Amino acid sequence: MAGLLALPFTVQAGDAPVPEVPKAKEKATQEYGCVAPTDYMRKNHMSDLMHQRDDTLREGIRTSRFSLAECINCHVTPDEDGKFARFGEDEHFCSSCHNYAAVSVDCFSCHRDTPEQTDYQHTFNTGNNPHHGKIALKGNKLSVETLQVLTEGEQQ
Amino acid sequence: MANKTYNADLSRRHFFSKAVAAAGLAVAPGVFLRQVHARPSDQAATSEQRWGILIDTNKCAKGCDSCVTACMSENGWGDINNSEEKSNAHQKAQWIRKVTVKDKQTGHVQSLPLMCQHCENPPCVDVCPTGASMKRADGIVLVDKHICIGCRYCMMACPYKARSFVHEDLENQKVVAPRGKGTVESCTMCVHRVDKDGTPACVEACNADNHNAMYFGDLKDPNSEISRQLKEHGGEQLRADLGLNTGVRYQGL
Repeated sequence: MAGLLALPFTVQAGDAPVPEVPKAKEKATQEYGCVAPTDYMRKNHMSDLMHQRDDTLREGIRTSRFSLAECINCHVTPDEDGKFARFGEDEHFCSSCHNYAAVSVDCFSCHRDTPEQTDYQHTFNTGNNPHHGKIALKGNKLSVETLQVLTEGEQQ
Repeated sequence: MANKTYNADLSRRHFFSKAVAAAGLAVAPGVFLRQVHARPSDQAATSEQRWGILIDTNKCAKGCDSCVTACMSENGWGDINNSEEKSNAHQKAQWIRKVTVKDKQTGHVQSLPLMCQHCENPPCVDVCPTGASMKRADGIVLVDKHICIGCRYCMMACPYKARSFVHEDLENQKVVAPRGKGTVESCTMCVHRVDKDGTPACVEACNADNHNAMYFGDLKDPNSEISRQLKEHGGEQLRADLGLNTGVRYQGL
């Protein structure tokens, strides 16, 4: 009994390092950065994706707001060598948190886990900002400076 | 996007009534009415359309497989991303195949592409135990891989051998065509293109090679190229005796 009671104290809450969730490539909306406020997305992204998947496949509704492809395009960013983290690795946006929370998803047994076009730009914010343009990702290789701006930029 | 004038012989009156319905779109000579019909991305497909493909086997060149390679690169199956390494040739996915048929009596040889026939009464949908095998309102038959359990009943039910099962883990799939281990898949009539008012990759490739053996369009629109072709020259269903009312039709068989 004493052993059982002692157990929770050997592994204290907070021992596991809090995941470093990679920053998104750019803002999707001006108000929240992402397509909805961060708190909302953390709590509800799964039901939004679930809803969207049925609408898209069964009815052909192809809006981009809660599309998985759009999540990946914006949130899965290349490292300094232009290499993308794969799902399962801690550097991948989805698995950084899912590994921590020990929640397995099977989205990526079928869906692509990296952006298909490396020079992808969100439809919003395609203006004159050079950091969001194709130049920044030319040759599929990011400079350290560019990467810093992209990852630590104005994203909330 | 096919550069066909789908409504070349549309009556003047009909043309203007459609143009008014388009409300605000710049309708100029040479504008394609199919673009006017484009469905907004937030609206569901309806049964006002039924998409179909017509294949003229007399124009289909023997030895040409551009429709097959176009499908591979569009949807990311086959040799394109070197997937399914452990599967043998019979196990590997095949969304569309070229078939050669020979009349034994006359020796006449014909070549044709064979894929999901997008039946109005699809046997694959009838047998599916989970509802994964489904037909969209506009007649496109799909597999909902979110709920497919990989039982492969649909593969046995299909008289056209149009469906494949993925036996191994895949990666680097195309964004437009998610596919993975343990699920059944088949031709989607390039539904991602159709939803954006486009043409299936196979049809586009056939036209690009100047074979023009394939027509894609709305079977319910009497003015579409496919409907006019069918009205003028007819089109056969494969295994019409099964009463499936296929969306893919063949001429010259």
